[in-house]
Amino acid sequence: MTNSLQFDFLVDKVKNTITLRREFAAPRQLVWDAHTKSELLDQWFAPKPLTVKTKSMDFRDGGHWHYAMVEPSGTEYWGRLDYLKIRPLDNYTALDGFSDPHGNVNPELPRAQWDVTFQDLAKHALVQTIVTYKSLTDLETVINMGMEQGMTSTLERLDDLLLTLTK
Amino acid sequence: MATYIFVVKWLHNRNKTIFGMKLRRDPFQAIADPTRRAILVLLAAQTMTAGAIADNFATARPTISKHIQILNECELIEASQQGREIFYQLKADKMKDIDQWLGQFRAIWQSRFNQLDNVLSNLQIKKDDE
Repeated sequence: MTNSLQFDFLVDKVKNTITLRREFAAPRQLVWDAHTKSELLDQWFAPKPLTVKTKSMDFRDGGHWHYAMVEPSGTEYWGRLDYLKIRPLDNYTALDGFSDPHGNVNPELPRAQWDVTFQDLAKHALVQTIVTYKSLTDLETVINMGMEQGMTSTLERLDDLLLTLTK
Repeated sequence: MATYIFVVKWLHNRNKTIFGMKLRRDPFQAIADPTRRAILVLLAAQTMTAGAIADNFATARPTISKHIQILNECELIEASQQGREIFYQLKADKMKDIDQWLGQFRAIWQSRFNQLDNVLSNLQIKKDDE
């Protein structure tokens, strides 16, 4: 794995945004396809060893991607990404959320907005993803959900796991 | 964000399988009990004495004391002496949690992007073959 590709991670605790900027060694069209076609998203969107299974994809303004992240044991976690505005090859905005197998979004859990921009970078492409939370409380809810699920020792093991994943 | 919770849930399920038999000191065991979870929720809002915690439950005081002791042993809460009274508080430092979460969030995306590198590279090889 080449490590020479640009990767920026910026946090703005006042505006509640996280900005990810990542360079990809491929033309912009291909990188756009990988972000917007479910058969390609299925191949990278879940951190290993989880996998993604798409139930439905309707990539248009007001459409959504309904998917499950699947554990090796077969347990499924459902999510839904609602597309707000799409400008092909340049940008799309979407709302991240938790759903059930039928695609109903859980309104009680916080959602984050994504603003994803694609740019040419010589022969490469640069993708900027801005994730915005409504409030620090939303972020704390998510953190507390993680804490409830397994408390500290799970989170420590998560650190270990992520370390091996990102190598 | 949703992905983060999915990963944590998966890890938790896996840990339950691997560490099915556990010592009492294990935090998993500690939060498996609904009363202890309720105590943690109470302490999330404020520091409290054992008596004040017990007032929130119909259960006998010694039982609540036992629960508090287990949470303390698991280092989920900590005790501090103030005058003649002992106050309990959650051990988690909020800002530290947020920073830790950010680190994990970053790593999840990094892992995702590394997989995307592979997908893109395969797509380009396929294209060259055509």
